[in-house]
Amino acid sequence: MRPELSLLLLPTEHADVMPGTVATVISLSEGEWDFYWCDVSWLRENFDHTYMDEHVRISHFRNHYELTRKNYMVKNLKRFRKQLEREAGKLEAAKCDFFPKTFEMPCEYHLFVEEFRKNPGITWIMKPVARSQGKGIFLFRRLKDIMDWRKGNAGKKLTSLEAQPARSTANPSGSHDARSSDDQKEDIPVENYVAQRYIENPYLIGGRKFDLRVYVLVMSYIPLRAWLYRDGFARFSNTRFTLSSIDDQYVHLTNVAVQKTSPDYHPKKGCKWMLQRFRQYLASKHGPEAVETLFSDMDNIFIRSLQSVQKVIISDKHCFELYGYDILIDQDLKPWLLEVNASPSLTASSQEDYELKTCLLEDTLHVVDMEARLTGREKRVGGFDLMWNDGPVSREEGPPDLSGMGNFVTNTHLGCVNDRKKQLRQLFRSLQGQKKASS
Amino acid sequence: MLQEESDLSLVIAQIVQKLKGSSLYAQLERQAWASLQRPEIKLESLKEDIKEYFKISGWEKKLQNAVYSELSVFPSPSHPAAPPEHLKEPLVYMRKAQGSWEKRILKSLNSMCTELSIPLARKRPVGEQKELLNKWNEMGTDEPDLSLFRPVYAPKDFLEVLINLRNPNYENGDSLSFRTHLGLIQVPLKVKDIPELKEFFVELGLTTGQLGIDDSTQVPPELFENEHVRIGQKVLAEQDSAAAQQYIRQGSPTALRAELWALILNISSQPEDILYYEQLKTNVIQHDLLVDSLIYKDVKLTASNDDYYFVFEDYLYQVLLCFSRDTSVLGHFAYNSASPPKSYIRGKLGLEEYAVFYPPNASHLWKTLCWVQKITHGVIPFHGFSMYVAPLCFLYHEPSKLYQIFREMYVRFFFRLHSISSHPSGIVSLCLLFETLLQTYLPQLFYHLREIGAQPLRISFKWMVRAFSGYLATDQLLLLWDRILGYNSLEILAVLAAAVFAFRAVNLMEVTSLAAAEAVLADLSTLKVMPLLQIFLFATVT
Repeated sequence: MRPELSLLLLPTEHADVMPGTVATVISLSEGEWDFYWCDVSWLRENFDHTYMDEHVRISHFRNHYELTRKNYMVKNLKRFRKQLEREAGKLEAAKCDFFPKTFEMPCEYHLFVEEFRKNPGITWIMKPVARSQGKGIFLFRRLKDIMDWRKGNAGKKLTSLEAQPARSTANPSGSHDARSSDDQKEDIPVENYVAQRYIENPYLIGGRKFDLRVYVLVMSYIPLRAWLYRDGFARFSNTRFTLSSIDDQYVHLTNVAVQKTSPDYHPKKGCKWMLQRFRQYLASKHGPEAVETLFSDMDNIFIRSLQSVQKVIISDKHCFELYGYDILIDQDLKPWLLEVNASPSLTASSQEDYELKTCLLEDTLHVVDMEARLTGREKRVGGFDLMWNDGPVSREEGPPDLSGMGNFVTNTHLGCVNDRKKQLRQLFRSLQGQKKASS
Repeated sequence: MLQEESDLSLVIAQIVQKLKGSSLYAQLERQAWASLQRPEIKLESLKEDIKEYFKISGWEKKLQNAVYSELSVFPSPSHPAAPPEHLKEPLVYMRKAQGSWEKRILKSLNSMCTELSIPLARKRPVGEQKELLNKWNEMGTDEPDLSLFRPVYAPKDFLEVLINLRNPNYENGDSLSFRTHLGLIQVPLKVKDIPELKEFFVELGLTTGQLGIDDSTQVPPELFENEHVRIGQKVLAEQDSAAAQQYIRQGSPTALRAELWALILNISSQPEDILYYEQLKTNVIQHDLLVDSLIYKDVKLTASNDDYYFVFEDYLYQVLLCFSRDTSVLGHFAYNSASPPKSYIRGKLGLEEYAVFYPPNASHLWKTLCWVQKITHGVIPFHGFSMYVAPLCFLYHEPSKLYQIFREMYVRFFFRLHSISSHPSGIVSLCLLFETLLQTYLPQLFYHLREIGAQPLRISFKWMVRAFSGYLATDQLLLLWDRILGYNSLEILAVLAAAVFAFRAVNLMEVTSLAAAEAVLADLSTLKVMPLLQIFLFATVT
């Protein structure tokens, strides 16, 4: 452990979030780093042949795309759901129904058409699997719309179908040992899409649609250790929601990136609400119990989604990852998972946003704990609450009540007060005290 | 004794008169008739039985709430020979000042009309009406060209008027003494001092539990919060206005606030209320007013740019456009010193101006004119007016309910913040209260600020005029407005303004210019209202 030589390398995107720390970067010689907040492309090219000492940390898991690319996530979730049904029954498996019905295109096209015909008149959304910021997405209601699209991409599709091994008949346990097929998954030059059932009754505030961005920090998959950040935000669409205008991309897509190009967009507005505000709003409208239920349903989404890829992801002890979860709430206060981002945007759209993201990164570094200050038994570090530690983590102190009786409340505080500075002060003071006592 | 009794019976008579015209009366009558079918109602003891029935079925409670509501806005007893204007506002110089202020506003509005050659009012063509009806729920997407419009006035213009108010009968001599008021307001109104405020706001004391203080994360909920919530639910179950008003002095739990406010303001969504709102909506669709453009401009400039209220932009239009056409708002003029200045408008509006826009239909024309003269006096929005409505959008989502709540809040409280009167909750008294508190309890700060040309009122005026909306964080603002409702008074705004200055006194003592003082007080969004008030009132060494 060489704390003096810790170097931080941040891609330029992050430069405006943590300007202070970037200034301390020193020129590096090959491989001389202890901590790397890396780009996924770097990871893909270099991870496999980079030697890392025990203490070294890197900010992505090698095959994170199992969770973050929409088509793989769907597959993993479907598989996990089947397994749950076998082992624990339909009720347990139903807890995984937070993902709208999705079909991979083009290989599941026929399954999709079957589903489409069963539900005439509903709206579907077509999303490219690997693009972000809302690019390439469109809505449709008629098969004719995708027939045209399919024709337009026909040539490309055939190549992709031939090139990759038949993905749909892959090893049911989902293990992907062959390196080559992994590379192919990522390197496919052709675009793959998923067709997903569009949620037609989103919860509206002020007539506008919104989605929630929540941050989950995973320190390891085996065993699964995941932290949930208390802050986050709701991103509003700039225009009013109506199903009659499915061509208006700006209405339906709530990414700030897309909203920024809408003619209505005024940068000063920001069109974001901090989660605390959102939580208060819901509580004043529906009462605290309904809000508790909603937020614990969201906890369920985070945990199940991570569990579904637990066996698939290569759990390297050097890796950790900060995910950005996108959640949509419908009018029945049911949360839906839209997607998981491995590299959530860290550029700030407003002062408030800047504060949130700086504190988020700071607390991430505290949890990663390069300085080895933590004991490993902490349940809260700054704005992060330990949500899952190879098992549910309870808010109460003492050993978990495994009998299933009693009031188990998960140790999550999404949208609650985040008095992180105070907590960090107390934490580090007590840690210092403990160190002194033991030395 | 006799005088009191006759006063009381006068009050009762007036309230009965008022309530007789309300829908509650009709409902009670209906209920009474319907109750005749019940077995427990007997002919011999008809009166008592019906009364008993009303008690059990909750109708008596509704009547109680209505009476309580009327009492809250009832003017204080006065001499029987006093003329109506005197009842509205007893001080002649205040009446005059308000009259000339209104004249100025109207003049400004009229000149804007002429400059832009836009009529005060015009009937919309059918096509436009249809379009507006379709767009009713998303008027915020409209981007009309508002560049030529400017707000008729801003709070600081109004402040200048208040600064120049003088009581012609008051002579305080040329020599300065320790009694000289160093602030901007120079009228001798009676305001409370801290001991009186302590008594008035006794429930905010250190030994009483408060929401906003005793519900913070460090305090276990068993100590206060749980019990308080339980009591709140009970109050709601009983549907008792008076009890709700008493209860809310300690703050309202988030989940109960919407209902509690409705109970205190005695708003229940009856079909006739929804109908009334729809009628106003129809007026909006059919006629376009100059005032509308001013409303649009105000919403775009203030609420739409706010980090939190931008979401509610559409609701704001739906409420404010209807509000500007609501002639029943004039009912509150019985309690306001203002009165529709018939003479001014008739003189200004030549009939020929309107001949161009309307078909030559005399009776229709007169109706429109009378209506226009009413509404152009009704409420002319100033810069920031829409911020009165924005926080309410947090609580009420159904447009007609939101409308009713806003209207009631306006006629009970907000109108006092932008009209000249001697009422203890009027803006003049609030300014004077603020300055007096500061001068008496923070004399060094006051003197210092005055020396550097930063009269404190110049900074705090805008907070008070807007009832702190847009300056405080929403949850804090709602806690503050809880207390406004609870104490039926706006004095708390002046106390909070003084408390903010007290809180930032150290920084303020170091500034050397008005701009720097403004900068210290620019951001109030992190302030916690209740602790500030408590410390200022109950924990400061005086």
